[in-house]
Amino acid sequence: MQKRRERVDRGINVRSGDVFALCSWREMLYLAGPRVIPVVAILLLPLALGIYWQKVLLSVAVFALLAISWDLLAQTGMISLGQALFFGMGAYVTGILNHYWELPPLLTIPAAAVFGGLICTALLLPVLRLRGIYFSMVTLILPLMLVRLIEATRIFGGTEGLTGMTPLPSRWLEIYLIVGAMLAALFGFRRLLGTDYGLVLKGIRDNDRSVTNAGINIYWYKTQALWIASTVGAFAGAFMTHVYMFVGMPVFALDYSILPIAAAVVGGPGSLAGATLGAFILVPLSEVLRGVGGLRIVFYGVFLVVFIVALPEGIFHYVQRKYNQFERWVEVDT
Amino acid sequence: MPMLLGTVVYAFVNSIILALMAIGFNLTFGISGVANFAYGALYIFSAYATWMGLNLVGIPYPVAATVSILLTMLAGTLMYRFILMRVRGQALSEVIATFGIGLAILEIFRYLGFVGFEYNLPVFVDDSIVLAGVFIDVQRLLIVIIGSAVILGLWWFTHHTRLGLAFRGIAQDERTALTLGIDSDRIALLSVSLGAGLAALAATVIIPLGSIAPGEGYDVLIKALAVCIIGGLGSTGGTIVASFVIGFAERFTDTYISSQWTMIVSLAAILVVLTLKPSGLFGKQKELEERI
Repeated sequence: MQKRRERVDRGINVRSGDVFALCSWREMLYLAGPRVIPVVAILLLPLALGIYWQKVLLSVAVFALLAISWDLLAQTGMISLGQALFFGMGAYVTGILNHYWELPPLLTIPAAAVFGGLICTALLLPVLRLRGIYFSMVTLILPLMLVRLIEATRIFGGTEGLTGMTPLPSRWLEIYLIVGAMLAALFGFRRLLGTDYGLVLKGIRDNDRSVTNAGINIYWYKTQALWIASTVGAFAGAFMTHVYMFVGMPVFALDYSILPIAAAVVGGPGSLAGATLGAFILVPLSEVLRGVGGLRIVFYGVFLVVFIVALPEGIFHYVQRKYNQFERWVEVDT
Repeated sequence: MPMLLGTVVYAFVNSIILALMAIGFNLTFGISGVANFAYGALYIFSAYATWMGLNLVGIPYPVAATVSILLTMLAGTLMYRFILMRVRGQALSEVIATFGIGLAILEIFRYLGFVGFEYNLPVFVDDSIVLAGVFIDVQRLLIVIIGSAVILGLWWFTHHTRLGLAFRGIAQDERTALTLGIDSDRIALLSVSLGAGLAALAATVIIPLGSIAPGEGYDVLIKALAVCIIGGLGSTGGTIVASFVIGFAERFTDTYISSQWTMIVSLAAILVVLTLKPSGLFGKQKELEERI
């Protein structure tokens, strides 16, 4: 007797799918729980943590933003292997504005996000026609090239970088700014992907030629997606510059490219929430592993391989499925 | 004038070195379409394997080199069989998985402290000769000879043997290849394994000029990518032309501008080629499907 596993939607999932959800506390909780509880927890977390772990939460949020930006690009069919480009560009723009013109951080961070994003988009514009692996290769190459360029021309502080950035006014503003930005990006872009606009973006990933057939200029949409994603990345870079009060060549480091991808792959690409979840798992883990130094990157590498092979859907989708469906064994008719 | 001549000779050697570095990557990625981003890591892996065989086990150099080439091929085979085969066909998963493997290999060597000038391999023949007024060591001449032999061998292999044609077949159209009785998994496995072997061979010949460093793995990957992209996929001739373009550009910037600009020139070359002619200088395969 052969058996197969069947997945069935839970009753509460079906009931809460329509207007009756508003009639019952259980169904309202079922819908709101997975969204409200993490948000409240994240907002309360800084109050409960010490200074050291607040800094960890801060870098979790920064990497989550980078992972969200990666995931947004991936949803449009552009796989980036160089998130460090966006991060570093934001960091350098804010660094230059703050160092040479001495503008306050609350002005330089938004400016760096927008202009850093514009510069990244302009840099990648010529290769927007490339698909798949070829686009990835160019994104892998660009940050490396910028590092060498800064080294060779010694502009903007050269190998030593620019120091003495103005820090943000208060520790609490710092932490809530970045956590708020992360939550806003997470829920905002999730909503964006659900609209018709997001549908076009996903369509470009699935089959760009049929989107072209529908009379939509895919390059214009890709440019927009690229600008949105690079602005998010540049914001993270600009923010981190004012926290470290330093900008230099390390902002183009491999860490900023690999960790966001690892986070998105571990958490599950495609939902943005998965990418955030991945950052919340990997960054604290790497803090715990700080004792092993360079071995951290080895762990990221191994994580990438294990998740790609064993759980390609990622943790988030796995949990989501368990939450919405149950499984049972049924007999196969032969 | 002698400076120019010297630069030309060394640029020629540099081009052959680049071609040799890229040829294995070109075989797996360019010709059979299997992305192996762990290529640079395999290159470094084989160099360390030879070093360990030489200095820790104490076997003679030729034996150590042969053993390390075989070990690297085995590593490539295992990597394909247990990891790549499960994500075969999903190009981006292949890239992420192999990139992860490469990272793990390189960073574990760095972590274990395999960094420094004592990690080097001996040259084959410690001698140098004067060629047209330019001093050149025998190792570089050997690189030119071995490199040319490998390039010619690869061209013959991919155009005139059944196996080589099968390699090109699975890149062009995997389903049609299947109907012609080509076992695509077996061919892909062989291509990854052969590519790894060529990486190991390149490392054995090239590493004696410098020392072994984990960071070199990333450079080799980038250079191999650069050569493959500029040359165009599936074209052995394009690979050679591209390595000459980059090789000469690098050496001339090194001599006449500054050594810090060498990497920038080769990276800028990729961007320019990709922008102007997305399928590479000589690329024909799948122009529309893959790139634009």
